[in-house]
Amino acid sequence: MKFALIFDIARSLMLARFRQTLIAAIGVTFSITMFIALLGFMNGLNSLLDGLILNRTPHIRLYNEIKPNEKQPLLLSEEFRNSYPFIHSIKPSGGRIEIHNALAIMAELKKDNRILGVSPKIVSQVFFNSGSVDITGVINGVDIDQETRLYAFNDYVIDGKSSDLKLVPNSIILGKAAAQTMMLNIGDLVQVTTPTGERMQLKIVAFFQSGLQELDKTQSYASISTTQKLMGKSNNYISEIQIKLHDMNKAPALAKQFAEIFNVQATDIQTANSQFETGSSVRSIISYAVGITLLIVAGFGIYNILNMMIYEKLDTIAILKATGFSGKDVNRIFITIALTIGIFGAVFGLLLGYLSSYGIDQIPFETEALPTIKTYPVAYNISFYVIGGVFALVTTYLAGFFPARKAGRVDPVVIIRGK
Amino acid sequence: METPALAAKNIVKYFSDPVTVKVLNDVSFSVNRGEFVSVIGKSGCGKSTLLYILSTMDTEYQGELYIDGENMKLKDHSQLADVRNEKIGFVFQFHYLLNEFSVLKNVMLPALKLARLSHEEIEFKAMEKLKLLGIENEARKKANQLSGGQKQRVAIARALINDPLIIMGDEPTGNLDKKNSDIVFDIFKQLASEMKQTLLIVTHDQEFANKTDRIIEMEDGAIIRQ
Repeated sequence: MKFALIFDIARSLMLARFRQTLIAAIGVTFSITMFIALLGFMNGLNSLLDGLILNRTPHIRLYNEIKPNEKQPLLLSEEFRNSYPFIHSIKPSGGRIEIHNALAIMAELKKDNRILGVSPKIVSQVFFNSGSVDITGVINGVDIDQETRLYAFNDYVIDGKSSDLKLVPNSIILGKAAAQTMMLNIGDLVQVTTPTGERMQLKIVAFFQSGLQELDKTQSYASISTTQKLMGKSNNYISEIQIKLHDMNKAPALAKQFAEIFNVQATDIQTANSQFETGSSVRSIISYAVGITLLIVAGFGIYNILNMMIYEKLDTIAILKATGFSGKDVNRIFITIALTIGIFGAVFGLLLGYLSSYGIDQIPFETEALPTIKTYPVAYNISFYVIGGVFALVTTYLAGFFPARKAGRVDPVVIIRGK
Repeated sequence: METPALAAKNIVKYFSDPVTVKVLNDVSFSVNRGEFVSVIGKSGCGKSTLLYILSTMDTEYQGELYIDGENMKLKDHSQLADVRNEKIGFVFQFHYLLNEFSVLKNVMLPALKLARLSHEEIEFKAMEKLKLLGIENEARKKANQLSGGQKQRVAIARALINDPLIIMGDEPTGNLDKKNSDIVFDIFKQLASEMKQTLLIVTHDQEFANKTDRIIEMEDGAIIRQ
């Protein structure tokens, strides 16, 4: 049986009920459009929110944790070898928070080809002295080049140049909120006091704004050497090594490995920020659910229209069968109608979906929190289009399947005798 | 002896709704090639029921049906559809043309389904059939733009398109006035005499039947005279 004839008959039936067919196709178009726009927007927003935290967070952090020594002196004593001691009021010992042999570890890590970059960090509590008031804050000693390369630091610098940090000796980058509290501007000096009592005047070279008010009020950045000088430590004092990987998903395994090799504490990003991943996947699920619901509703529309068409066209079906078309041929005619509606609906839906994504992408969206974002974020992921297209075809096929089967089973004798 | 175009052997048919009624009782007859046969009888005597069994559309019966020597009981639904397509032409009381298509396309459809000739050959042949029936000028019109008599002639052209072994008619003149009935009858007569077309026409019109070669008369589901 030639497909051309089946298609010809299907086309004639559709043209005879052009308006209904069009409405069915518009239903599919609308749902695909919404599906694409919704998913694009949701995922754009997801990656923006993830980026807010995840881009700025190292995949693995190596550090020394202050904690009680696991090997207490009592356990070494021969006398109590066979006893089970209960020791009260253990205090953390050592107090050594720098990483032992940090420079050698970093040199070793840089050779690993799974690692995108390694950056050192020193974190210390400080007080900013403003007049007679002391404001608590945190100073981060960083390698500003690595920070810019790996964690998009420049995205959050709103005034001044971050690279001045390594050019100007004794310089600092302050959070915008902290600077406003202390009425400071770029080029001003700020007095910093460490918990151990060291004092230093630092020159402000830039302001940053992360979007998280709490961070902007307390955090500040200086170069590694400035921080070491401030704390009165030698130039191999590094309290934290941050690692960014090529593949974020390897972080938990590698963290464990590095912790053993270098005898330090290691935390991976998944453990540290598990709530973000949960949030993203829930948002994705919601947008998929809404999109698929829309498609199913459109599917019911097609089902209804085909069912009505079959009731209207009982005579046609009967005579086709009387003149030699088999039930299978009639079935194929109605499946062809359903799929044609699906294909047209899907093609226009994907196109309109792309256009509306593009439209959303043009809407201005300016927020204090995100200095680099100017319009609403939209993701253009090819997989949304593939899923949308495939699902439209599957839904319309299923919507056509039962009416088509019914049409195939129409008994011509009953119809013809009924006249 | 030549195989008859159509042969029915001991056909019995029950209707079971709402109570079981025997509508056909042991009907046996055959139609030879080139014969113009009419089946007459009063309303409800089972003549239409018989025709639908003979046409292979109704498959729930007992007994045997041979078309062109082949036993129809041995075929499945899609094979029966092929038999109807190739060997049987239908003319119903109501014309059953498809309003979505032009007159020409209506005539062409069964041949397109058979797909033995190319599209152009089928179109040419359909025009020939329309010319034979004197309605070639209406070929490009939609089916619903024609008069009742013209529609019935288109239906006959459609029945003829695959050069069927037998043409079956169920009250083909039932909906027509005297003038148009005469035209349709003359066409049948001409097909039978000039083209040796086998015809089996169910009618309750005694006058129509009297002009055919052979009359099969039915009463209460059985043949009483043939």
